[in-house]
Amino acid sequence: MDVKDIIKEENLVYSKSKVLTDTIMHYCPGCTHGVVHKVIAEVIEELGIQDKTIGVSPVGCAVFAYNYLDIDWQEAAHGRAPALATAINRLYPDKYVFTYQGDGDLASIGTAEIIHACNRGENIVVIFINNGIYGMTGGQMAPTTLIDMPTSTTPYGRKVDLNGYPLKITDLVAQLPGTCFVTRHSAHTPAAVRKLKKAVTKAFQNTRRKKGVSFIEVVSTCNSGWKLSPVESNNWMVEHMFPYYPLGDMKDE
Amino acid sequence: MAKIRGAIVVDVERCKGCSLCVVACPSSVIALAKEVNGKGYNYAYMVNPDACTGCVNCAIVCPDTVISVYKVKADAVA
Ligand SMILES: Cc1ncc(C[n+]2csc(CCOP(=O)(O)OP(=O)(O)O)c2C)c(N)n1
Ligand code: SF4
Ligand code: SF4
Ligand code: SF4
Ligand SMILES: [Mg+2]
Repeated sequence: MDVKDIIKEENLVYSKSKVLTDTIMHYCPGCTHGVVHKVIAEVIEELGIQDKTIGVSPVGCAVFAYNYLDIDWQEAAHGRAPALATAINRLYPDKYVFTYQGDGDLASIGTAEIIHACNRGENIVVIFINNGIYGMTGGQMAPTTLIDMPTSTTPYGRKVDLNGYPLKITDLVAQLPGTCFVTRHSAHTPAAVRKLKKAVTKAFQNTRRKKGVSFIEVVSTCNSGWKLSPVESNNWMVEHMFPYYPLGDMKDE
Repeated sequence: MAKIRGAIVVDVERCKGCSLCVVACPSSVIALAKEVNGKGYNYAYMVNPDACTGCVNCAIVCPDTVISVYKVKADAVA
C-alpha cells in the first residue's frame, strides 16, 4: 500500500489538540515543557473543560505558557502561583484551576506559597516541572540540583558542605493533610507520557471532590542547561535523577 | 490477513530536529533529514515508511506536537 493511500482524513489517529494554539513554542528543541503542555492540553480537551480551566503561569522558561494553551490564564510573580491560584479558585470555585511551575519557582523563591497552599488544602492542581536547574536564567543551581551535578553556579558540581542537600519538596507536601494526590512522573517515553496523562486527568477530576491539592511532579530535562543533547538528557535523567526522585504515587486519597 | 499500516506527517517547518521521535519509534521508521528547514533544523521524516504501524509513540513524545499519525488495515484498501 502506498503512503498516500494511508494519509487520508478518515485514517487520522493522532493530531495536535485543539487546546494547543498554533503559536510555535519558544522552548529549546527537546525540552520537556513542550511535552507536558501537550499532555495538559489533551486532558483539558478530553474532559471538555476548555472554557472552565484557568492556568497560572510561572516565572521561568514556562513564563509564556499562556501563549500555548487556549484557556484563561494569569501570570504570577515569581513563586507566587499557588497564592494567585488560591484567590482565583476561591472567587470561581466552579472553575478548574492549576499552577504550572518550575523547580526554581516552586521549590526556591516560592517555597512558602506552595507549602501553605498545600497545607490549607486549596482545591487546585499543581504541575511541578523539576529539571534540577534554573533553566531560563542560564542554568544556575536550584534547590533540586543533584549532589555533584554541575551548573553554571556550581561548575565543579553541587557540594553538600557548601550548598546543602537536594530538596525533595514533593515528599514534603505529601506529609501535609491538605494534599489528596501527590505523585511523581516523567515524560521521556511514550509509556511515561501515557501514565502522566492519566495522573493529570485524575488531578483535574479531584478538584471536583474538594479534597485539597493534587500535586504532580514531572522529573524533567533542561538539555540546554545540562549541556547535553535532548536524547542524552533523557538518558542522564534516568540514570541520575530517577534514583533520587523515584517515580510513583506518594499519596492518593 | 489484515495488516496494520501507518504513516506519519511531520509539519516540517515547525520541527526542531530534537530526535526524541526517532528514539521513541519502536520500528525505526524515523530519521532526521540531511536537509534543514527554514529555521536550520534537520527535520524528522519517514526513512523507512513501510515499517510504520501507526502506534503514535513518536507523536506523543514530540515536544512541539508536529507529528500527525494515520493508520489503516492494509486489506481495507484495495
Ligand atoms: C523576583 C525574581 N527573582 C528572580 C528572578 C530571576 N529568575 C527568572 S526565572 C528564575 C528561575 C527559573 O527556574 P525554574 O523555576 O526552575 O524554571 P525553568 O526555567 O527551569 O523551567 C529566576 C531565578 C525573577 N524573574 N524574579
Ligand atoms: S533552557 Fe532548559 S527549560 Fe528552558 S526551554 Fe531550554 S531546555 Fe527547556
Ligand atoms: S520529536 Fe518532534 S520536533 Fe523533535 S525531531 Fe521529532 S518531529 Fe521534530
Ligand atoms: S507511528 Fe509508531 S511506528 Fe509509525 S513512525 Fe511513529 S512511532 Fe514509528
Ligand atoms: Mg527548573
